[in-house]
Amino acid sequence: MTAPRIEMTIGPELGPRTALGPMLQPTLMELSRPGRGEGKVPHPPADALEDIPVEHRRAMPPALPELNEAEVVRHFVNLSHLNYSIDSGFYPLGSCTMKFNPKINEWAARLFGFAKLHPLAPDALAQGTLQLLWELEEALKEISGMAAVTLQPAAGAHGELTGILMVRAYHEARGDHDRREVIVPDSSHGTNPATASMAGFTTVTVPSDERGGVDLDALRAALSPRTAAVMLTNPSTLGLFEDRIVELLDAVHAAGALAYMDGANLNAVLGKFRPGAAGFDVMHFNVHKTFSTPHGGGGPGAGPVGVGEALLPYLPSPLVLREPDGSFRLERPGERPESIGRVRAYQGSTGVLVRAYAYIRAHGGTGLAQVSEDAVLAANYLKSRLGGAYEIPFDRPCKHEFVATARPLKEATGVRTLDVAKRLIDKGYHPPTIYFPLIVEECLLIEPTETESVETLDAFAEALIEIAREAHEDPDLVIGAPHSAPVRRLDEATAARQPDLRWRAMTGAETPCPQ
Amino acid sequence: MPYGPHTGDDRARMLAALGLDSVEPLFADIPASVRAHGLDLPGPEPELELAARLERLAARNRVDLASFLGAGVYRHYIPAAVDQILSRGEFYTAYTPYQPEISQGTLQTIYEYQSLLAELTGLDVVSASHYDGAAATAEAALMTVRATRRGRVLVSHAVHRHYLDTTRTYFTPAGLVLDELPTLADGTTDLAELERSLAAGAPVAGVVLGQPNVFGLLEPMAEAARLAHAAGALFVAVVEPVSLAVLAPPGAYGADIAAGEGQPLGIAPMYGGPYLGVLATTDALIRQIPGRLVGRTTDLDGRRAFVMTMRAREQDIRREKAASNICTNQALCALAATVYLATIGPHGLRDVAAGGAAKARELERALRVAGAPRVHRAAYLNEFAVHVPGAQRVHAALLDRGVLAGLPLARWYPDDLLLRDALLVCATEVTTSDDIARFAAALAAELGAAGRVPAEVAR
Amino acid sequence: MEVRDGLRYSDDHEWLRLEGDVGVIGITAYAADQLGDVVFVEMPAVGATLTLHQAFGVVESVKAVSDLYAPVGGEVVGVNEALAGRPELVNSDPYGDGWMVKLRVADAAQVDALKDADAYRELIRAG
Repeated sequence: MTAPRIEMTIGPELGPRTALGPMLQPTLMELSRPGRGEGKVPHPPADALEDIPVEHRRAMPPALPELNEAEVVRHFVNLSHLNYSIDSGFYPLGSCTMKFNPKINEWAARLFGFAKLHPLAPDALAQGTLQLLWELEEALKEISGMAAVTLQPAAGAHGELTGILMVRAYHEARGDHDRREVIVPDSSHGTNPATASMAGFTTVTVPSDERGGVDLDALRAALSPRTAAVMLTNPSTLGLFEDRIVELLDAVHAAGALAYMDGANLNAVLGKFRPGAAGFDVMHFNVHKTFSTPHGGGGPGAGPVGVGEALLPYLPSPLVLREPDGSFRLERPGERPESIGRVRAYQGSTGVLVRAYAYIRAHGGTGLAQVSEDAVLAANYLKSRLGGAYEIPFDRPCKHEFVATARPLKEATGVRTLDVAKRLIDKGYHPPTIYFPLIVEECLLIEPTETESVETLDAFAEALIEIAREAHEDPDLVIGAPHSAPVRRLDEATAARQPDLRWRAMTGAETPCPQ
Repeated sequence: MPYGPHTGDDRARMLAALGLDSVEPLFADIPASVRAHGLDLPGPEPELELAARLERLAARNRVDLASFLGAGVYRHYIPAAVDQILSRGEFYTAYTPYQPEISQGTLQTIYEYQSLLAELTGLDVVSASHYDGAAATAEAALMTVRATRRGRVLVSHAVHRHYLDTTRTYFTPAGLVLDELPTLADGTTDLAELERSLAAGAPVAGVVLGQPNVFGLLEPMAEAARLAHAAGALFVAVVEPVSLAVLAPPGAYGADIAAGEGQPLGIAPMYGGPYLGVLATTDALIRQIPGRLVGRTTDLDGRRAFVMTMRAREQDIRREKAASNICTNQALCALAATVYLATIGPHGLRDVAAGGAAKARELERALRVAGAPRVHRAAYLNEFAVHVPGAQRVHAALLDRGVLAGLPLARWYPDDLLLRDALLVCATEVTTSDDIARFAAALAAELGAAGRVPAEVAR
Repeated sequence: MEVRDGLRYSDDHEWLRLEGDVGVIGITAYAADQLGDVVFVEMPAVGATLTLHQAFGVVESVKAVSDLYAPVGGEVVGVNEALAGRPELVNSDPYGDGWMVKLRVADAAQVDALKDADAYRELIRAG
């Protein structure tokens, strides 16, 4: 399939130009004018590439845009204005823990000593970072109750893969070759079954019960000598703590399987529930959620993994070790022969981990417990404020987030959850997560986090209630939303049917050869 | 709590609305037997003290040496504009652009990233979702398996050691086979052996070679691609993006997929990350590429806009049948690469690549004179291995002389007799002639101390 | 939602129209509606042999992906090339131009085992 060549011009399709306010931007490629730019690095001698055989050389230079620095800066600053962000407003995106991102974290990661350190620098040159990483491992062990932590995984899903590969290695080492199934609840994140598939397991899905927890009887029925692991998110994606967690874990272990905890929702239980101490064998952290490292438009994050004693030998290499003399070093290749090996290059997304470290040190143990108390209090308070305008399917105390549904609203007015979400944009908010978890129809998953003031929570509740009123009085107003965003709803079908995934209006022939 | 807004009154008001006088009942669903009561961590630290602690830790690292270390991560000049843009909260405190109406900033920058990388690689479709070069290489190898429905890949021994190891970690549990292709004495991949491996054994899904390879050498990519295609396999090129300003792009020599590490495009070394996995492919494989893709479309009023597209293949919808479990889009790192490329421009990028090549030749001459000749004969761009007797000892000794003498290859190839006494060194546009002279002099002194003073230096 | 008389239907919401010993297969209007805007249809190769219930392709919409399962076994003798450029035909004309594959039916009894229009109407009414 070839994407159609479409000429883009700067014109009415970018909408009105205003002195302030949203203004769509031409692409870098449209802004390019041959001959602009230059001056950042010295010119090398003309013969620099002389001894490189011609068959290895690029025949035609890449048609990259040519702009001066002022244009580049203005382009990206104007694009930034088209984004909603935590720094600009309330972002109650359930399951994503969009809390405030402390500025000292950004400052810290940019310190030259951290930023300029090469990942293959000898240990002797890397003592500061190694100490930080080691202390972070220790802190995450305390928070999770796990025996050891690897900081290597680059994201939550990467942590899941790392954890499940260790589960596989554990069973294989015991000669338990028939354990080929991973059980997940139907409320789980999509990454859980996708991870199981990547690691060569088949997925068995168990339903939730009417209280929103894992159906214990269904789980018991699904467990068998073929079960390798059960992956649970606790609190669940419905924002509910599995109050039968002890029975659940007993059942998993009685079947000879291991228990994996998806730590996406750890923000609810810091200092209240330590998964390793409770009997989970392995878990991942989403430091971009719980420890605010930030989200970066979708990444980078980091997904450290904690394990209990049973999985210690299989941790990916290298770990950070402290020597008896107080110095720090990376584990050497082959030092732990049962390791699952490498899951990435080098030893971890250190820049992200520096931020997590700063966040944890800033809070200390008491501060982290307060984080969870405030996050849970805010969620329950907000839930209580929605008073009848939306249905709350599981009416018991929630943890850091809760599910509401616009199903009755849809039946009464034809306004769907998607419309409610889009209308929230007009009211100045980022919408909550919608249509997840999959098990609640027309759902909104709302996570306020601990860093939002009570005034913000009140105003957001008012906005949701007002939208419900609008849905009854003027449904088209809601169905047509957003009205105030830089663009209106998009034609997603055409985007997928005729994918235009790159700029094609320029070819190398149109720009002069830089040689 | 340092970042929470709640006063005692605020908490009391919220509790009162819930009919509570403490938060305890909200945690009553945690069974007593597994209920924790606090964390044994050091106390909260005021920002002033925390800042001082972080500065002390950062200062304990040594980043002042004359460095010739590359091996997949390269020091380049990063224009000041890059970090200024990256520091904007509108970019770094947003999440995945699920709501396109209020995410056009992130969406358009990803589209621009896709466009620029497509141009650099000579391919059509680029995903900004991947963690680093190793993960991108592993995903590329898995793509060949899905696309061909075959279960075996051939990876050159001269692909980055960590990428090879990571791909093996991804492959083994899924029951897939990864065979290593040996190298010739000149340091490039043995294509005769490639041809034999393609003909014998299980059908091959993909062939993976690095350009430049792990030793900095230029591989016969076009011929390797031709052999792979003749056997019905796909060809994966593991590339370094800055080099593509001057080296033939993967699309030109028939690669079906390009993977690589995007760190050289404006991202700090940062002791291992966060980085940017480059992954690009042809239109023919558009539905095999994992991760987020951004497409151009229009809104209801016909205005041009951008949106995440072909999302139905992803884990949140497809679950166990998804192409990958990837959820990340490495947007901020992709933004860094985009701003870097826009700021440095095509001429600047060529100067960066060619400048590194020029410095590397200066380095090669200086090290040869100092008694450390190249190990391999094949052509190189800006990185190469040199023979140094007792390489690990010499490397350690040079640290004391203020020189980080690249990577002792014994760390990665302890059993290889040739590489055990070799250092992998690189130069980039930031390498200075003074640094090179310092390295050469220190090396000559070390080798001289070991009783092997080359004639030129002794004079 | 239209259920066309004279066609045979599977529990996976596919229809089959017999033309001699060749079965023309597509997805029903109900299935197309449930999927929403179809953006891509992945088809088997002509000449491939499918067994009953074998997954032979994928239909992808903006919001969902569904596997296609062979309602009967047989050799693929044709695929609808038009869907490559115009997948929206599945939505606009599911029983006509939106057809997907043609199979040479290996066992006529498998056709007889499929539902008739009334039985299929009952299936979608029951949800």
